[in-house]
Amino acid sequence: MIEGISIYEILTLSSIVFFVGVYGFFTRENLITVLMSIELILNASALNFVIINTYLYPDFLQGAVFSIFIIAMAAAETALAIAIIINLYKLVASVEVKDTEKLKY
Amino acid sequence: METILFYILSALIVVFSIASVSSRKILRAVTYLLFVLIAISGIYFLVDYSFLGAVQLTVYGGGVIVLIIFSVLLVHHIELELEVTPIKRKIIAGLISVVGLGITLWAIYTFPFTNATNYKSIEVADIGRKLLGYGDGGFILPFEVISVLLLAVMVGAIVIAKGKKLNE
Repeated sequence: MIEGISIYEILTLSSIVFFVGVYGFFTRENLITVLMSIELILNASALNFVIINTYLYPDFLQGAVFSIFIIAMAAAETALAIAIIINLYKLVASVEVKDTEKLKY
Repeated sequence: METILFYILSALIVVFSIASVSSRKILRAVTYLLFVLIAISGIYFLVDYSFLGAVQLTVYGGGVIVLIIFSVLLVHHIELELEVTPIKRKIIAGLISVVGLGITLWAIYTFPFTNATNYKSIEVADIGRKLLGYGDGGFILPFEVISVLLLAVMVGAIVIAKGKKLNE
């Protein structure tokens, strides 16, 4: 618990980060920057888990453990996505969203 | 003191996350994302969960950002500027985000949270017992599943990144 800060302020902060990530997800045209927006969204949700755990249920540790799982999932997802992006660049020489149609049809 | 620190950190997070999704130079966007991740780990330290703060610094600041910079340098010229998004799509995305943020904030501020009073900091030893506990409320099964997932992702990333060209 942070001295003088209620749970409302921190939840406001994490929702702002979440929706900034959603905005980036909709507007970006490059696969790597889309991936960065997903990182922002995942970070906001992990922050929410930790904050709700420490402010509302300090006797239980579920939120703290789940935030570790979220970070592990995010690292795995990033590694796999970067592998796919590099392979895609070898195939079509571009990482723009509009050029990636090799798997269609 | 902690209050001032929290407000500084949250201002950093908001400013740099907006800069990170709107900057047109991709390497700068990655650097802004790094600042956001470090500031979020600062918030973990402020709520006395220093283990997750350290994990955030090492995994994100040390691993994920390096991977992203690596892939940026592999597939782009360093001074490449991203294409400008059509203004119509920017407006629609901004509207969706602002409306969603409004609904979320309305839901948060009308819900009566009852703060716990018996506050204590989260210790690493408790986390370890919880992660490896097989009794009531233990997390041994997800822990093992995550380790198998990491192994599978490692093998999959190597296989995919090695892939052949389409015309071979």
